[in-house]
Amino acid sequence: MSEQKVLSARLFGPLAVLVENSKARWTAIGAILILMAIGPFIFGQYATVIMTNALLYVVLALGLNIVVGYAGLLDLGYAAFFAIGAYTVGILTQEFGVNFWLTLPVAVLAAAIGGIIIGGPTLRLRSDYLAIVTLGFGEIVRLSARNLDITGKASGISGIEQPYLFGWHIAGYLDFYYVFCVLAILAVFVSVRLANSRLGRAWLYVRHDEDVAEAMGINRVRVKLAAYVIGAIFGSVGGAFFAANLGAISPESFSFTQSVLILMAVILGGMGKIPGVILGALIIILGPELLRDLGPLRLLVFAVGLLLIMLFRPSGIWPGKGAQK
Amino acid sequence: MSVFEIIMHQLVNGLVLGSFYALVALGYTMIFGVIKLLNFAHGDLYMIGGFTGFIILSAISSVVGGDWFGIFIAMFLSMIAVGCLGVVIQRIAYQPMLAAPRLSILITALAVSLVLQNAVLALTGGQYTAFSTDIGFGGVNIGSLFITYNQMVLVGTASILMIALQVFVTRTQYGRAMRAVAIDKDMCELMGINVPAIIGVTFFIGSALAAAAGTMAGAYYGSVWYFMGFLVGLKAFTAAVIGGIGSIPGAMLGGLILGLLEAFGTQIPGIGSEWKDVFTFVVLILVLVFKPTGLLGKSEQERM
Repeated sequence: MSEQKVLSARLFGPLAVLVENSKARWTAIGAILILMAIGPFIFGQYATVIMTNALLYVVLALGLNIVVGYAGLLDLGYAAFFAIGAYTVGILTQEFGVNFWLTLPVAVLAAAIGGIIIGGPTLRLRSDYLAIVTLGFGEIVRLSARNLDITGKASGISGIEQPYLFGWHIAGYLDFYYVFCVLAILAVFVSVRLANSRLGRAWLYVRHDEDVAEAMGINRVRVKLAAYVIGAIFGSVGGAFFAANLGAISPESFSFTQSVLILMAVILGGMGKIPGVILGALIIILGPELLRDLGPLRLLVFAVGLLLIMLFRPSGIWPGKGAQK
Repeated sequence: MSVFEIIMHQLVNGLVLGSFYALVALGYTMIFGVIKLLNFAHGDLYMIGGFTGFIILSAISSVVGGDWFGIFIAMFLSMIAVGCLGVVIQRIAYQPMLAAPRLSILITALAVSLVLQNAVLALTGGQYTAFSTDIGFGGVNIGSLFITYNQMVLVGTASILMIALQVFVTRTQYGRAMRAVAIDKDMCELMGINVPAIIGVTFFIGSALAAAAGTMAGAYYGSVWYFMGFLVGLKAFTAAVIGGIGSIPGAMLGGLILGLLEAFGTQIPGIGSEWKDVFTFVVLILVLVFKPTGLLGKSEQERM
């Protein structure tokens, strides 16, 4: 047992028990769900609004985790899909008066098409190229949003209506908190199901050895494209609800920094592991709240953290079974 | 302006832009050549080069003056400093990751880039820093075309650096070793080539070229800021891909082509300067789709 393993066992021993023991795990999940349900009444409005943002990041990070953690592809322009979802909702509800719930499938479709256009040609090449092409794609989407009339140029779109669901007007901070709770739980559920599916095993294989996977009859381009498109859909759905929650969107919400923050959430906690990714998203959002004085140093601290993680603990903060080599 | 004048004018603009892109693209391509890494931090070394050049020039301008002579001295010192920084980054961050999965080293490179960017952001508060020089705006008229001395010096310096690099790579022992390492690292080790040293030299030269471009860009545009390397890095990568990544003449050619494409692209009706960057990325994606090996690159078969 390496020194690092001993240390992590000591630090995370109780947590590891939770992950491995199924009865303890269900108890923990139940406790978390109850805490999520009654949380707003204990911690008050401010904490609830922050938590809503954190839950949005959980959804986005879980989506990006499918691309980075499951399929092992680096995506540096994930905010593009987040933007596509937000702008689809913004444009359709504002300019065309379409009902919010009807815009959701359109947002999903738009993200899937975007994913296929970018991923289709690039994923045939070295996977490294995807990183830089997605970086360019992120900028294309942001600059297009800035320059087009339909996206409201630099000032963006405002006054996006808050949706009704069977007579329930989702308008207050509490309403959105619960909507994002449901989204996050849904995202976790889909991630778990995907990881244990045939496609999930194909991703695992491709991530570890592309050539052998191909020799085993896995179509690596198609499998990677599936990961990229599913991740895109997660981002787009997150963006759609983000637009409905804030009521106003502008191009600067979808900058390179946004993509990087989501990526950091995935890597800091531990790529490919759902509890790790959730932990990462919480660190990214709650960390600056706890250390308010950080101010402009926030990104620097995260960046140094990212570098240290990569050099000394590449499998992330949360220990995973068999993740360390 | 007549059509001919517009063409000549954009030709000059394109050459200036292309020189910056080519210098940065060279480092990208050389580093990719020896360790097959897309060094995301490369654009930030250009930025650090700009700042270092600015600081050195501020310190020495009272002695040597703020003219091109002073800028050259600042540029030279900045090249050495940033070259060393490049080697330090390689030793600390990339060397331990060489055996790790591709994804890890890519993320590490991204992390290095973010650390450099945000460190400078924290130091400067995100403000533009004025890079004041005495280079003026003089120039010569060729017909109705006005070319500034600065543009000539800039393109001239970039050309000299590139010719020097070409001589180094093709005529010296280190250059030969560098090309050999790019082809087969393991075999080089068997032949007694000090591979880590060659990788270090490559990082030094690549980073120094980026610093040269950064200093000149700072002096030419009159300011430096922490985010200046982001777009240039992306565009230099595009240039390297156009020319064929891994190919040194390709990076020079790609840089020039991209500079000219950008200069002329903004003249096409409907593509104003606000679409300039979008235009570049669309070019990048099209090249990757239709000619991923670039103009001068060799087709790369993944070896098992």
